[in-house]
Amino acid sequence: MVEVTLWGALGQVAGGKSKVEVEAKDIRELFRKLAEQYPGIEPWIDRGIAVAIDGTIYRDTWSKELPPGAEIFLLPRLAGG
Amino acid sequence: MAGVAVSTTINGDHVEYLCQPDETLLDVLRDRLGLTGAKEGCGTGDCGACSIILDDRLVCSCLVLGAEAEGRRIETVEGMAHGEKLHPLQQKFLEHAALQCGICTPGFLIAAKDLLAKNPDPTEEEIRFGLAGNLCRCTGYDKIVRAVQDAANVMKGA
Amino acid sequence: MNFDPRYSGRNFSSVGTRPIRPDGVDKVTGRARYGADFNMAGQLVGRVLRSPHAHAIIRKIDTSKAEKLAGVKAVITAKDLPDLTDGDAGMYDILDNCMARAKALYDGHAVAAVAAVDARTARQALKLIAVDYEVLPHVTDVDEAMKHTAPLINDTIFTEGLEEKPVKPSNVTKRSQFGHGDVHQGFGHADFIVERSFKTEQTHQGYIEPHACVASVSSDGTADLWVCTQGHFVYRQHCAQLLGMEASKLRVTSSEIGGGFGGKTHVWAEPVALALSRKAGRPVKLVMTRDEVFRASGPTSATSIDVKIGARKDGTITAAEATLRYTSGPYAGTWAEIGAMTAFACYKLENVKTVGYEVLVNRPKTAAYRAPSAPMAAFAVESAVDELAKEVGIDPVEFRIRNAAQEGTRSSYGPVYGPIGIGPTLEAAKNHPHMKAPLKENQGRGMACGFWFNFGGQTCTDLNIGMDGSVSLAVGTVDVGGSRASLSLVAAEELGIDYSQVKAIVADTSSLGYNDMTDGSRGTFSSSMATISAARNAIKILRERAAQMWDISVDDVAWEQGHAVAKGDNHGNLGKLSLKEIAARSGTTGGPIAGHSELVADGAGVSFATHICDIEVDPETGFTKVIRYTVVQDAGKAVHPTYVEGQYQGGAAQGIGWALNEEYIYGKDGRLQNAGFLDYRIPVCSDLPMIDTQILEIPNPNHPYGVRGVGETSIVPPLAAIANAVSNAAGVRMTHIPMSPPRILAAIEAEREG
Repeated sequence: MVEVTLWGALGQVAGGKSKVEVEAKDIRELFRKLAEQYPGIEPWIDRGIAVAIDGTIYRDTWSKELPPGAEIFLLPRLAGG
Repeated sequence: MAGVAVSTTINGDHVEYLCQPDETLLDVLRDRLGLTGAKEGCGTGDCGACSIILDDRLVCSCLVLGAEAEGRRIETVEGMAHGEKLHPLQQKFLEHAALQCGICTPGFLIAAKDLLAKNPDPTEEEIRFGLAGNLCRCTGYDKIVRAVQDAANVMKGA
Repeated sequence: MNFDPRYSGRNFSSVGTRPIRPDGVDKVTGRARYGADFNMAGQLVGRVLRSPHAHAIIRKIDTSKAEKLAGVKAVITAKDLPDLTDGDAGMYDILDNCMARAKALYDGHAVAAVAAVDARTARQALKLIAVDYEVLPHVTDVDEAMKHTAPLINDTIFTEGLEEKPVKPSNVTKRSQFGHGDVHQGFGHADFIVERSFKTEQTHQGYIEPHACVASVSSDGTADLWVCTQGHFVYRQHCAQLLGMEASKLRVTSSEIGGGFGGKTHVWAEPVALALSRKAGRPVKLVMTRDEVFRASGPTSATSIDVKIGARKDGTITAAEATLRYTSGPYAGTWAEIGAMTAFACYKLENVKTVGYEVLVNRPKTAAYRAPSAPMAAFAVESAVDELAKEVGIDPVEFRIRNAAQEGTRSSYGPVYGPIGIGPTLEAAKNHPHMKAPLKENQGRGMACGFWFNFGGQTCTDLNIGMDGSVSLAVGTVDVGGSRASLSLVAAEELGIDYSQVKAIVADTSSLGYNDMTDGSRGTFSSSMATISAARNAIKILRERAAQMWDISVDDVAWEQGHAVAKGDNHGNLGKLSLKEIAARSGTTGGPIAGHSELVADGAGVSFATHICDIEVDPETGFTKVIRYTVVQDAGKAVHPTYVEGQYQGGAAQGIGWALNEEYIYGKDGRLQNAGFLDYRIPVCSDLPMIDTQILEIPNPNHPYGVRGVGETSIVPPLAAIANAVSNAAGVRMTHIPMSPPRILAAIEAEREG
């Protein structure tokens, strides 16, 4: 079980929660389970969500493992110049 | 519209071409003669990317008509190196990394060549004002000024 | 592929040196080919007709006269670019921006295009196209656009991210929020509070090379596109999607690029050129004029920002809050969201809250500009921080050091930081001789910090070893400022050979797998990771070949300093085999030797910078002069330090232009009044001093060499650093960027009048 912190707008589509608990071993499973639990999140995942694991931001590596006890933070996937 | 026949000298070579009366020298160089070293950054004489030397005078070739080149002498970036040997300015621009994207580089090289021909030992301020007609968006000019200073030293010693 | 991207401390032999770039000679001799330097046999000239109105319904477009003009080979409107975006809102906006459909949404919005035998005929043809407009009220100012009385730009947009679903459409497309703690409580503990509102005007990336491309569509459905871009693979995807083509049938070749800074991450002219070529059955060259670049290609956001920060007497910040409003042009964007994330990223804050509003206006579609959105947020925050330090009575550098984020700090945008460089850049700035240099009359010193995320992304690299032992490296990230040199250094480092043995090129979209764009400071970070991985794969094969040549087990062969070395007691008499010797025998040991890599380079390290500058202000005219400028920034590891310095200097210079002079000026009619380099004046050589740089190297734990991105962060602090310097020189707090002489003079006079 990992605890996942959502940013403001994403929390609103997850029933107003800022933190949710999900049983997931990697980013792929996390997204799948989030979409199952909170269908409102699915379009956000399609648009792009980055996952910060202990401070390091992962934008595309869905196979990245979520170590037990790690701090998991979801962020919007950003554009750069 | 009937073309104008022009006979001119470019980088020491005799060149003849036909151009439209309203065609710029920059378009003639790039589109008719294949000399694409001069770049069009603005077409209004504000950026200096199309700089050439016309009869010992630094000009923006986008502000000169192709027809005006009749009987004149034109120097472009393509004429700076002698065979494999680069001009000291070209060499120093490389060594100092005075270019990032490089689009403004031909214009700067020509402007710097003209500057050093008229003032072989310029101060930093003279270099900065001498090159103020050329825009560079990548470098902040620091390495360009240093490259010109270094080239001036080399050329004085030559 | 098993590739371990983790940092491992090592001694470098190539990385960190400063050789001449491989594309250098072509660039100083005029041989390098940029977007407009390429031609195809039989090509036509493309030109675009643009709306003169800021906001208008397009009732009808009559192209019949233009089509009849001799020499015109194709005329297109939105009908020739039908909507194939299949509900993808972002792609639909890109399509509509390339060619207006129901409405023209800004001065310069494309409404039709022609392809003709020469430029003059194309220009004449544009004049023969009759567009029937119904002009609508427009809005260009960010604060005006938010009012409920403002003209609506898109009546299908309802603000996202509000607690209650809005019932009326709005120009605000989205609200976003970040932060933690309780700012209300935090302000309650503050002894001093600074609260101010700021504005920044819209600027353009200002690349010297206008957008240019040559498109050739064949009747068999294949096509070629030559284009200046920061990401030819992304352009291929977008163009293929918009034109209904298969991506593999569209080969995109990136030309040398004459500057991008985020502005060449977006298609504008390319789908139009392809559609013209498809209709005309001939290649079409389309080059924007400078006027078109300003009016129609992507500028950055104009902003309006409120900041409130509180601190205790001991200098600890107790709470920080900001509301940020960013224009995104006439289409939805996420620019305020980025501003809201970056605004307080430099600081360790118990209570922080930022709210962003994305605002539609009748201006060109906002595009990324170097650390997009961060410089404006930093301007507001760092100005307020400076003012707060003054009120508390602590030196501004010391005040920032006390509140700086560090490893383990919860960032203002959410996650907890790993090892970061804000503290070290501040310490370096504090100890820099610049800080102690004397100032003359009317001169002021300012400093500020800046933050940027840096990105990684999809990356693909091929490394081929020739039979003579030379190495060709094909990368898919466009080289915007010397990355072919850096990546050659990395290949040389990993293989243990000399830099001169490696030749790097940027491959076209048919020769290499997909690569994300060169954006988010990812070029060297990502492609160096892929290059290291490719080189390691090649070394594995080199070891196998050496094992064959020696007839021993590959397990007994190691790779050291460019040579295969036999290990173990049984092989004591075997010498070394150089890469060259192994390559020479490759024909009989299994064929060509190569290493490939396809990966997602994730885990880019965040980066911080601190800038110091001295400004002289003429109190009579408001004229400013930059006297001295110093950049301190963490690079993680500087692969080619000269080009890292170049990034620092270039970002600072762009920031100086933004701070002091550059802005889009719109008339009451909603038309852009300064669409040229004469009136939109970017810094020239005589405007600037030398820009000193100090590179710090705090290794990124997620890159084998510790590399972070370096391209963008350097534009984040200048707006604030200069504003703080001007404020110190002139004794007035400047809250509106750019700080042009009239604005400074007005502020000085207002202060005098009290």
